[in-house]
Amino acid sequence: MSAGPISAPEAPGSGKAIRRPGDRVFSGLAIAAGLTILIVLAGVAIFLIGEAWPAITAPVSDLPDGKSLIHYIWPLVFGTLLSSTIAIIIAVPMAIAVALFTSHIAPKAISMSVSYLVDLLAAIPSIIYGIWGIAVLGPASVPVTQWLSDHFGFIPFFDGPASTTGRTMLVAGLVLALMILPIVCAVAREVFQQTPKGLQESALALGATRWEMIRMVVLPFGRSAVVAGSMLGLGRALGETMAVTIILSVTGTITFDLISSENPSTIAANIALQFPESSGLDVNVLIATGLVLFAITLAVNMFARTIISRREAAGGR
Amino acid sequence: MNETETMKEKEMVDAQAGPADPIMDPPASPSATATVDAKAKRIDAEDLNIYYGDFLAVKDCSVNIHPNKVTALIGSSGCGKSTFLRSLNRMHELIDGARVEGKVLLDGTDIYARNMDPVLVRQQIGMVFQQPNPFPTMSIYENTAAGLRLNRKKTKKTELDGIVERSLTGAHLWDEVKDRLDKPAGGLSGGQQQRLCIARATAIEPEVLLMDEPCSALDPIATLAIEDLINELKKRFTIVIVTHNMQQAARASDYTGFFNIEKSGDPGVLVEIDETEKIFSNPRLKETEDYVSGRFG
Ligand SMILES: Nc1ncnc2c1ncn2[C@@H]1O[C@H](COP(=O)(O)OP(=O)(O)OP(=O)(O)O)[C@@H](O)[C@H]1O
Ligand SMILES: [Mg+2]
Repeated sequence: MSAGPISAPEAPGSGKAIRRPGDRVFSGLAIAAGLTILIVLAGVAIFLIGEAWPAITAPVSDLPDGKSLIHYIWPLVFGTLLSSTIAIIIAVPMAIAVALFTSHIAPKAISMSVSYLVDLLAAIPSIIYGIWGIAVLGPASVPVTQWLSDHFGFIPFFDGPASTTGRTMLVAGLVLALMILPIVCAVAREVFQQTPKGLQESALALGATRWEMIRMVVLPFGRSAVVAGSMLGLGRALGETMAVTIILSVTGTITFDLISSENPSTIAANIALQFPESSGLDVNVLIATGLVLFAITLAVNMFARTIISRREAAGGR
Repeated sequence: MNETETMKEKEMVDAQAGPADPIMDPPASPSATATVDAKAKRIDAEDLNIYYGDFLAVKDCSVNIHPNKVTALIGSSGCGKSTFLRSLNRMHELIDGARVEGKVLLDGTDIYARNMDPVLVRQQIGMVFQQPNPFPTMSIYENTAAGLRLNRKKTKKTELDGIVERSLTGAHLWDEVKDRLDKPAGGLSGGQQQRLCIARATAIEPEVLLMDEPCSALDPIATLAIEDLINELKKRFTIVIVTHNMQQAARASDYTGFFNIEKSGDPGVLVEIDETEKIFSNPRLKETEDYVSGRFG
């Protein structure tokens, strides 16, 4: 760690280092951009807190349905987390499988067209997903959910009675999974492709099969990126509004039953549904739920970052 | 202290049910000093033509690589040494469009035979690369044991410990790392990493070890350490090493093959291969002499 006299990096308090004008301009621009982001973020937070404050401080009797704020928000938080969790559980393994297929298994021509198709999924507007969910996937899911509730009803998730319209949490989660698949898949694919050739070849030269090579080298190399991509996807699933609003039949019930027609709503969908008809304190209550959503997404992001940095510190790339 | 045991289970021979013990003519050894701990296998290439798509990279290469000897391959850049080396354990075909014509016989069994599994071939013919590349997410121990954990073989923990220690000792690395086996391999120096890669390759007890410029990223001391190691390793393995370092070829090898190329775009040709002493003192061809004496254009 002893630094040479010439290239010595600036020790703390050792006076000013020489800096070129180009560097100064660039770092100025970078700092400005960083600050802008911080200001926007802080602005949003301040707005949310300020607007939510009346709802937070209001007496319970003034709130909608005479329920306390916690009681109002909790089912929404529950619904938001539940639908997003379903989406992540379905989307991440699929995304990893597709990414591995396109980066390491399929021949070039096939892999290009598959990647292209997956990327196209990202271009579909969420309203279309919603319509498709309620018009196609929902009805198609009915026989399946019926069967699930008949045979696996002892599992709380499939308790039933199965919805006859298919406007269930399961369908909402499936549609969300499809919506976040492209982003998770794209991130994973990019990183899997960058796995150093030398590492892959060493694994193969040890007599690894292709799948063993993938497990030994590609997956560990891509792990933190997959986590990061999943968190991006989770962020989108948490905030997704249109598709859930259209698909989910909402009663505000807190339940793990994924296939019934009684479902909790999600924060975003609830705001979209209620906001146009709200006024006065109701608006503040909705904004308070928005504040909670904001906090959840921030927490998710921070959690992802710690995972990634911990992995990097542990000697990953 | 170097407890190299004879522990070669020649699985593939059983599996292949080939001729029990084929051509076994021990060549007149130039350096009969080295003792042999375990008889390794020989490689015979017959009329190899190696392609990248339509581009013929190595032409009509026939060569006998003797067991428990070090064969060095020299020649100017781009003349196909790495290509040839990688065709010996079927790594070449991993490149898109790359293919090989001809035969490579491992103790008489054609590794390019239709029913031959490349995975089995690579278990028997290991490889060390130019850049030291231990698996970055694994510890030193895990790196050494990586090959053993593969291939559906169940190895007991105590047995694994023994093999890891033996391999690291064999790679002259044990004393330096025995106190930090569970630390990431990325924390080792370049030379240590390369020796770790050698330990990793030898832990699965291959028959043949291919090395593609294993010292080119290393300093002279580490280079000498690896050359010592190669001299040790040939008691147990057949070794083929590509090198740009004439002294290294002269010091470390028993046989030397010289690849040449007419002009760029032409295929590389193995123009001469002989005992190292002969190549460096009295080669058959003028071009070989020019190259080894450094008078190459
Ligand atoms: N992946 C590839 N695709 C197409 N051509 C290749 C590829 N790799 C090597 N070649 C070509 O094959 C020829 C032989 O290359 P090779 O890497 O075997 O040379 P080399 O003797 O190992 O050279 P060096 O001493 O520089 O390592 C060269 O003309 C090279 O351009
Ligand atoms: Mg080379």
